[in-house]
Order: sequence, then C-alpha cells, then structure tokens
Amino acid sequence: MVNYIWLGLILIGIVVAGINGKIEVVSAAAFEGAKTGVTVCFGLISILAFWLGMMKIAEDSGLLKKLQRLLSPIARFLFPDVPRDHPAMGYILSNMSANMLGLGNAATPMGIKAMQELQKLSPDPRTATPAMCTLLALNTSSITLIPTTIIAIRLNYESTNAVEIVGTTLFATFVSTGVAILFDKYYRYRTRRTRTKG
Amino acid sequence: MYELISYASVWAIPLILATILVYGMYKKVPVYESFTEGAKEGFGTAIKIIPHLVGMLVAVSIFRQSGALDMITSLCKPLLDLLHIPGDILPLALLRPISGAGALAVTTDIMATHGPDSFLGRLASTMQGSTDTTLYVLTVYFGAIGIRNSLYALKVGLLADVAGIVASIFIVTMVFGVV
Repeated sequence: MVNYIWLGLILIGIVVAGINGKIEVVSAAAFEGAKTGVTVCFGLISILAFWLGMMKIAEDSGLLKKLQRLLSPIARFLFPDVPRDHPAMGYILSNMSANMLGLGNAATPMGIKAMQELQKLSPDPRTATPAMCTLLALNTSSITLIPTTIIAIRLNYESTNAVEIVGTTLFATFVSTGVAILFDKYYRYRTRRTRTKG
Repeated sequence: MYELISYASVWAIPLILATILVYGMYKKVPVYESFTEGAKEGFGTAIKIIPHLVGMLVAVSIFRQSGALDMITSLCKPLLDLLHIPGDILPLALLRPISGAGALAVTTDIMATHGPDSFLGRLASTMQGSTDTTLYVLTVYFGAIGIRNSLYALKVGLLADVAGIVASIFIVTMVFGVV
C-alpha cells in the first residue's frame, strides 16, 4: 500500500502540474522535498542521541521495568503477543506516556527504540509484526492530553480563549485512538485467520 | 486553566529528566557512562531513516506544489456544501495525514484569515491536535528498522485519521455551533 501511495502522489503531481502548465515546479519540488528529508533526519540526530541516552539510564536503573509493571494491564490488552517482561514493553509504555503529555520529540526516540526491540521478536525482519502495527496505530492517532503547539498558535493570533479547544481535541483524539485500536484488533484477527488457513 | 497547562508543559521534561537521573543515582548506575552508551545509537538510527524520509518527502512535495491538492479541493466542494461543511477545511483534512509541516502551515493560515475563535479556527485547532502525520510516523518508525511490508499498519492509520477528522467536525459543531 505504501508503494501505491508513493507512486500515486508523484504521478498525480506530475500530471496535474502538466495540466496546469507549470511542469517546471516538479523538479524543483522534488529537490526541495529531498532536502527537507535530510534536514529533518539531521535534526533528529540530536533529539535521538539525547533521549536514547536518558532512556539508557532509565533502563539500567530499572525505572523502565517499574513503569512496565505499573501499566501492565493496558499493555497486555494492546500487545498480547509481547512477553510481559520483554524490554520492548518498557519502551512502548514510555512512548505512549510521552505522547499523552504532548512531548513529541521525546516520543519519537522511544517509539523507534520500541520498534527495534519488537524487531528482535520478529520472525521476519522485513515484514511488520502485529505488535508493530499496534504501536504505529497508537502513534498515528496520537493520544494527546495537552495540544501545546496549537494552544501557542491560538495565543499568537490573539484568541480570547486559547484553551477552549482542549475538550474538543480530547474527544476527537479518543475517537480516533478508539477507532485505531478497533481496526487494529480486527485486522490482527483477520491476518491470523488467513495465516492459519493458508 | 491555560496557566496550569502551560505550567505542566514547561515542567514536564525537567521533571522527567530529574526523575530518571535521581533514580539512576539511587540505584548506583554510572549515569554519565550509561547516557553516552545510549546516545551512541542516535546517529546511526537517524542516518538509517534518511532514504525513507527523502523518498516520502519528495512525493509529498511534488504532490503539493503541483496544485493537485487545490484541484481535489475544488472537486470535493459541492459534496461538502451538501453536508454543510466549510470547504476551507478540506486542504487541512487532506494534508494532515501526509505532511505535518504542511498541515501546520494550513492551520496557521486559517487562524490568520478567519481568526482562532471562528468556527474554522476552532475546527482546524481540534483537527490538528487530534491526529498525527500517519505517513511520517510510518516512514520514520518502519524506516528505522528496515520494514518493507508494513502489513495493515497504513490502512489502520488512515482509517484513524478519517475517524479523527469526522469526530472533530461533529464535536466542534456540537459544542460551538456553526459559524
């Protein structure tokens, strides 16, 4: 599916640019996108190094294990196929906590670390496991309790009540996360069935 | 209320850092050595993501700059009018799953044009806060571990985005009313 979306975005872009008579924007846009990609990755180096360093301390001291035990009921429901004491669980739970607090740049390194740990449980390193899909679903639907960036933008444009959208955002977040978990469970069940059949 | 929230968001990271460090010290972890040991991994991981992110951002950039987004927006306008949904929100809804920076730009633009306390301003705020850039998250997380076959992850992510967008329109209309 990623292949089709990728191909679709580029081909539709080229065709539309052609129709609009501005085909020259295509190559400029391509290079600009490539440059952004590298810039973003280099920006990630500092954040990744910093948070992975802090996480290593949390791991060595057993703090991660504590968090794991505290939130294990949720973890067992969402990730039934990850062993309870596996280090992946600690990273998954810190990723979720960071997301809820709106600490975007702390959540990414922990999510990546969690993925790397899940990879160790995977029979095929090229194919995602259901647990990886669940982690991704939780991240894309982003359970945010405090949408800090948005509140800042609203203040910037002189909103009379910048935080009035916290409630509506919470509602929408819960719906999208709920839907993500439901579909995740559904597809997880379906893949398992077709696999055992095949 | 706002003061409480901004207080919480300013204090969150320092408190987390202090907790990790103090607990590490208490458990007699060689904190500085552990830190550098973990930080070492940062560089390699970021480098591994480059090809994936370059590929995806090239596609998104071509799609946006070509005017394809505007074309889809004008095609969908009649349907939205029928549902009493303002057409100005469509670029944001379409862009949110594919480009985080793009979506933020559209949201800022809506606030500047219509004001943060307008129906559109509130709707854009809610939408922006309740979903994440699915394509980016997928690229970064799966790129870092070299996943080729993402199974059903993208499908679930996009369905969650649709749910988030519909839920935003519903709740903002219910709470604040149209216009």
